[in-house]
Amino acid sequence: MQSGASRDPEGALDTFPKWLRHHAQVRGARPAIRLKDRGIWHTWTWAESYEHVRALAHGLRTLGIGIGDKVAIVGANRPALYWGIAAAQWLRAVPVPVYADAVADEMAYIIENADVKIALVQDQEQVDKILAIAARLPQLTHVLYDEERGLRTYDHARLHAIAEAMARSRAALAEPVAAAELDAEIDRGQADDSSIMLYTSGTTGRSKGVVLSAGRSVAAARDTVEFDKLTDQDEQLAYLPLAWVGDHYLNYAQMFVAGGCMACPESADTVQQDLREIGPTFYFAPPRVFESLLTRVMIRMEDASRLKRAIFHHFLGVARRFGEKIMDGKPVPLHARLHYALGTLFVYAPLKNVLGFSRIRTAYTAGEAIGQDLFSFYRSLGMNLKQLYGQTEAFLYVTCQADGAVRADTVGPAAPNVALRLAPDGEVQFKSPGQFIEYYKDPLKTAEAMTQDGFVKTGDAGIFEADGQLKILDRAKDVGRLRDGTLFAPKYIENKLKFFPNIKEVVAYGDARDFVTVMLNIELASVGNWAERNGIAYGSYQEIAAHPRVYALVAKHVREVNRALAREAQMAGAQIKRFLILPKELDADDGELTRTQKVRRGFIAERYAALVAGLYDGSAAADISAEVTYEDGRKGVLAARVRIEALETVMPLDREMPRERAA
Amino acid sequence: MSSAALPPAAEAGEILLVVENVSLSFGGVRAIRDVSFDVRRGEIRAIIGPNGAGKTSMLNVINGFYHPQAGRITYKGATRRRMRPHQAAAQGIARTFQNVALFKGMTTLDNILAGRTLRMHKSFFWQLWRYGPAFAEEIEHRKYCEEIIDFLEIERIRKELVGRLPYGLQKRVELGRALAMQPDLLLLDEPMAGMNLEEKEDMSRFILDVNAEFGTTIALIEHDIGVVMDLSDRIVVLDYGNKIADGKPDEVRSDQAVIDAYLGVVH
Repeated sequence: MQSGASRDPEGALDTFPKWLRHHAQVRGARPAIRLKDRGIWHTWTWAESYEHVRALAHGLRTLGIGIGDKVAIVGANRPALYWGIAAAQWLRAVPVPVYADAVADEMAYIIENADVKIALVQDQEQVDKILAIAARLPQLTHVLYDEERGLRTYDHARLHAIAEAMARSRAALAEPVAAAELDAEIDRGQADDSSIMLYTSGTTGRSKGVVLSAGRSVAAARDTVEFDKLTDQDEQLAYLPLAWVGDHYLNYAQMFVAGGCMACPESADTVQQDLREIGPTFYFAPPRVFESLLTRVMIRMEDASRLKRAIFHHFLGVARRFGEKIMDGKPVPLHARLHYALGTLFVYAPLKNVLGFSRIRTAYTAGEAIGQDLFSFYRSLGMNLKQLYGQTEAFLYVTCQADGAVRADTVGPAAPNVALRLAPDGEVQFKSPGQFIEYYKDPLKTAEAMTQDGFVKTGDAGIFEADGQLKILDRAKDVGRLRDGTLFAPKYIENKLKFFPNIKEVVAYGDARDFVTVMLNIELASVGNWAERNGIAYGSYQEIAAHPRVYALVAKHVREVNRALAREAQMAGAQIKRFLILPKELDADDGELTRTQKVRRGFIAERYAALVAGLYDGSAAADISAEVTYEDGRKGVLAARVRIEALETVMPLDREMPRERAA
Repeated sequence: MSSAALPPAAEAGEILLVVENVSLSFGGVRAIRDVSFDVRRGEIRAIIGPNGAGKTSMLNVINGFYHPQAGRITYKGATRRRMRPHQAAAQGIARTFQNVALFKGMTTLDNILAGRTLRMHKSFFWQLWRYGPAFAEEIEHRKYCEEIIDFLEIERIRKELVGRLPYGLQKRVELGRALAMQPDLLLLDEPMAGMNLEEKEDMSRFILDVNAEFGTTIALIEHDIGVVMDLSDRIVVLDYGNKIADGKPDEVRSDQAVIDAYLGVVH
């Protein structure tokens, strides 16, 4: 139960295979990896894992893999694939995980770009994809697969079962000279060997291979293992995509340093059930997972009897008021503590148990902004949910929140040993222990991503809060300024509004303007529900969107956002002065959203120029006519007069005012 | 290296089932008239035809539910006029139904385990104790069922009540229960009826995989002629109880009688 750094004071363990061997020697009987297969959890200890990786490393070497060669890893989270990563590293080769759902062409791009020699894949699906593109990839020599199903009749000239390759290797390794030769490979591994290549998602142009070195990867993992006090008692569910930095860091790197155990789910569909069975102590999920869990709990609770619902909501109220304070060790009256303890007994503990969260010591969320209410819900139950901010180029952690200093609207101070600064234009820049070496074969892009003095540009704009925590606002290129110089971060404002269930989409304007305005879409499901309850009849989205009481409802939300903005020194000037509700829902078919449902601000400003003009010329309404595409592909014209509502803004408040919204 | 290659046994398999000159009538309705065909071991054999052609009756004759007035059925070399359903089951014929016939109040796992009933041999005496031979036997059966669950990718619904599942999944569970019998001959009655395109594709994949992985001989009835053409090794076409064609998909496709039957030429 020692922490990572104290276990390796000299820093001799500078590659993952060295850690693997270390654990096999020191805690050989502790579980290293699990897999649920055919309904049963199978467990491999560190000693067994070591032996498997060793056999696989020998197999890869027999197939011609050596220093610097690339090995693609394709599939779901499976022990064999994790072993494949370690086996490649054993030989000082470079594993290149590829997203399992990548279509053949995307896969071809990565395999070709990375000069992959051997691909280690999960099953027939992946083998089929690779065979479909194999003709284009002359440098790809062999394919190894884990699951044999459906592959028996395939031509096995260049196709091998991992199990068979390992069996052959075990026989060969019985020979002491061969064994000693292979074992010596681990010691030849060096800190500046390339440890892994992770491809960026490629939302902006072709994806790039981010090269991370062994020494830096280990150093980064060691820091955060220390930070969150991970030990060999820790356990987590390895369900994130192998090719994503989060999986390689949180599951592979951290567990290889801490000596803990990662459990591979039975299938992608069973993650929730597997989570419950494993009861991880460390957990990561993006905000939308937490959101959908909460929704599911609430919906199922609706089916309970009135009394049970009352008990449930009563104790959730207690948790909301005192839960976070109790967790953060703040003063709380005794009666509240007792009340909370009762809640733990009746509601919180059983609820966490159902969700599989009973044993969680540390949980993180990241990737997008998380709503205060959602975030607080889990924390108030006594779950230590925190935020981090990271990047593939940093080997994940740039910032992270410490226990007891957690906020919903920030991502924490710099992670251990990370140097963090803001460029004059507000861009976040960092230097970190895990910092990437380069983009593979792309010195130009590498140079573009770095500053002269060796900091990495994140492309995100942020600000520091008074307590030293970083707040991410938006992509740096989207951040502008009002005429008076106030920082204008559209996404930051939009997100604040979108946390209200009644609001679906928001587009904020303000760059080079006198003040901020927004156009928004209401969420028909929840506003419709509200309308029903309040006896408001409507025939279409357009009709309800124009209803005066809906305007009043939305105005209330906007005012609330203004109050929240007023509390932030740098944002107080960016309050929303005027808004309107769009008469149609923004739609990807009309080019207003991207296919991933992000608003295209520029395009919308052009399309609805009349509305934008109306927002700024002080008129009470504006007329538009826009072409719309119906679901069946027909086109029509939407003509409407849209009301524009003006709002009083809030005087900036003293920064010592309480942050929380009314409970 | 193609996955679309024919299963090895399909081409030259020995004959598993022979239907000879079978006729079946219900009162004055002649459902099947003098039909003969055979099923080879390891193949996927389809029986197709328009509505009311006698397809389901044919399946019911094969598994002994109906007794034909005339004709013979030879299964695994033994010829008999009538075979009872339980004999058919004992001899390795399993089937699924056009309308799902599962135990709706039981879980997926229990439904599939039910398919193992005929293979549970330990007597009531042993079943009285938790531990002992009956326990060991049950573990073996559970293992086999888990293989099927893995195979059909229904891990997520292992413990769910079947009645609550969507139709496509119920069909899959039903296939699982039939597979649990480890049948030599699997009869599928419209396995894709009422499914959407994606479910149909999944089911086709599973049928091909069952055939390739377990070597199970499959006789299936299907309405969707496109699906059948892709799946089957050989096809029998029935129309108004008569066999109007028999052969490989390409031969059947270009057969004038078949085209007429499907396009509805007046008889």
